[in-house]
Amino acid sequence: MRIPISALIGMFFTAAFFLAAIFAPLIAPFGMAEIVGGVWDPASGTHWFGTDAIGRDLLSRMIYGGQTTIFVASAATMLSFTLGSVLGFSAAVAGGWVDQGLSRMVDLVMAIPALILALVILSVLPVTLTVLILVMGLLDATRVFRLARAVAVDITVMDYVEAARLRGEGWAWIIFREILPNALSPLVAELGLRFIFAVLFISTLSFLGLGVQPPLADWGGIVKENSSGLVYGIPAALIPAFAIAVLAISVNMVADWVLSRTTSLKGGRG
Amino acid sequence: MHPVLTLVVQRIALGLLLLLAVSAVIFLGVAALPGDTAQAILGQSATPQALANLRIEMGLDQPALTRYFNWLGGILTGDLGTSLSNRTDIAAAISQRLGNTLFLAGWAAVISVPLAILLGLVAARYNGRWPDKLISGVTLSTISLPEFVVGYIVLYFLAVKWQLFPSVAMVFPGMGMMERLNAVILPVIVLVLVVLAHMMRMTRAAILNVMQSAYIETAELKGLSPMQVIWRHAFPNAIAPVVNVVMLNLAYLVVGVVVVEVVFVYPGMGQYLVDHVAKRDLPVVQAVGLIFAAVYIGLNIMADVISILANPRLRHPK
Repeated sequence: MRIPISALIGMFFTAAFFLAAIFAPLIAPFGMAEIVGGVWDPASGTHWFGTDAIGRDLLSRMIYGGQTTIFVASAATMLSFTLGSVLGFSAAVAGGWVDQGLSRMVDLVMAIPALILALVILSVLPVTLTVLILVMGLLDATRVFRLARAVAVDITVMDYVEAARLRGEGWAWIIFREILPNALSPLVAELGLRFIFAVLFISTLSFLGLGVQPPLADWGGIVKENSSGLVYGIPAALIPAFAIAVLAISVNMVADWVLSRTTSLKGGRG
Repeated sequence: MHPVLTLVVQRIALGLLLLLAVSAVIFLGVAALPGDTAQAILGQSATPQALANLRIEMGLDQPALTRYFNWLGGILTGDLGTSLSNRTDIAAAISQRLGNTLFLAGWAAVISVPLAILLGLVAARYNGRWPDKLISGVTLSTISLPEFVVGYIVLYFLAVKWQLFPSVAMVFPGMGMMERLNAVILPVIVLVLVVLAHMMRMTRAAILNVMQSAYIETAELKGLSPMQVIWRHAFPNAIAPVVNVVMLNLAYLVVGVVVVEVVFVYPGMGQYLVDHVAKRDLPVVQAVGLIFAAVYIGLNIMADVISILANPRLRHPK
C-alpha cells in the first residue's frame, strides 16, 4: 500500500499541531498571559513571531491558543460523532416512528444556518468552554446523524443483520456488533471533515467575540485581538489565520486520502 | 390542476410549515434552555428588583406559549418588538441595515454565479488536465479557510499593502451609487471568493456526471468539438443540478455575510446581530435570527421549485 505524498504531508502537519497542543506548557517559551515586551514588537530572536497587541509573546500565545482550539474542536467532534452515529444507527434499525421523529427533528435543526442558531443560543447561555462544546457538538451531530442513518439503512437490509434479528439479539447488539463494524470506514473519513468544520466554527465564534473568552487564547480570538494592527501594516493577525488554514488543509488532505480508499459513500461537506 | 403546479404548491406549503416550526425553535427553544433568561441577561450581580422588573417587561411571568403567539402575531404584522438594550423599535433599526446587507449580498451573487458556472465548465472541459487542477487546487484551499481569514488576507494585501481599495466599508444614506460600490468592493470580493469555491466544485461535478451519458458519446462521435458538446448537450441537462447548487450556495451567503460585515465594519444585519448577541439583547437576536433563517429557507424552496420546473419529465405529463 502506497500512501500519496499529499496525505503524508497532511499527516505530518496534523501530528505536529496535535503534539504542540498536548505539550504546550513545555514548548511555549513564555506564559500564555505574560506581558514580556512592547506593543506589536517585530519578530526577533527572543520573540520569533513578535509580540501581540498588549505585549504578550505571540508564539507562546499561538501554542496555547492551538491547545484551546484543538481541544474544543476535538471534544465537540467526539460528542457529535457519538451522539449522531448512535442516534443515526438507532433510527435505521428501529424504523417506523422513531426514525420519522428523529429525522424530522434533524431536518428542522438543519433548516437554520448553524452559525445563526448558535448565536441565538449563545445570547442566553453563559459563554463557557463546556457550553461551547455542547452547542457545537449538538448542532454538528445532525450532519453525522444523516450520514450514519444513510449508511446504516443500506446495512440493515443485509442477511447477517436479518440473521441477528432472528437469533433474537437486542438493539445494542445489532448496532454495535453488526452495523458499526461495517459502517466504520465512511464514518472515519467523515470524522476529519467534521473536525475541520469544528475548528472553523469555534474560530469564527471566537473571532466574533462569542467563543473562547479572554485572557484564554484561541486562534480565532488572537485574530480578533490583533486585527486592528492590520490597518497599520502589522501582520500579527495573519499568523493565527495562517495556522487555521494549515491545520484545515492538512486534515483535508488526510481525509481526502481516507475518502478515496473507502468505496461509494456520500458525505456532506461544510 | 397541472401536476407541476401541484408539486410546486406542495413544496411552497411545506416550506412555510418549516418556517413556522423554525420560528418555534428560535422562540420556544430558547425559552426551554436551562437557566433563567433574565438572570443571563443582567448577569450574576443583578438585584432581585431589577430581575423582577425585567421579567415583567419581557413578559416572562406569562406562559411561554402565550408569549410565542404574541411574538409571532407581531412579526406577521410587521412589529418585531423593542430592543432591550437601547429601547428602539427593531423594525425601524433593521430596515436600513437590511437594504445594506442585500446590496452587499446581491453584488456578491451577481458576480459569483456566472463566474462559478464558467469556471465549472472550463474545469469540466479540461477534466484532469492543468486548468482543472489549477482551479480545483485554488478552490480547495479557499474552502479550507474560514470567512474571516479570507477577509483579513484580502484586507491586508489589497487595502493596506497595495492601497487599492478602502479598508473599511463605510456606507451612509445619500451616498452615490459609484461611491457605494467603491466602498463595498472588498467585502464583495471576499464573499465571492468564499461562495465561488463551493459553487464551482459542485457545478463541475454536476457537469461531469452528465458527461457520462450515452448521448454525450453520440455527440462526440458525430464530430462536435468538446466545448460544443458541453454547451449544447451537457449544460442543458445539468441545469437542474447546477441551479440547485447555485441556490444552496447563495443560502451559504447568509452565514458568510455575518462574518464579512464584522471584518469590514459594514453597517448591515450581520453586524447588528453579532453586536446584540454580545449585549444579550434577546428580542433583537430572535427577530434577526428569524429573518436570516427565512431567507435561507426561501432560497432552498426556490432551488427545489426551479429543479421541479427544469425537469422535462414533469413538464410534459403523459
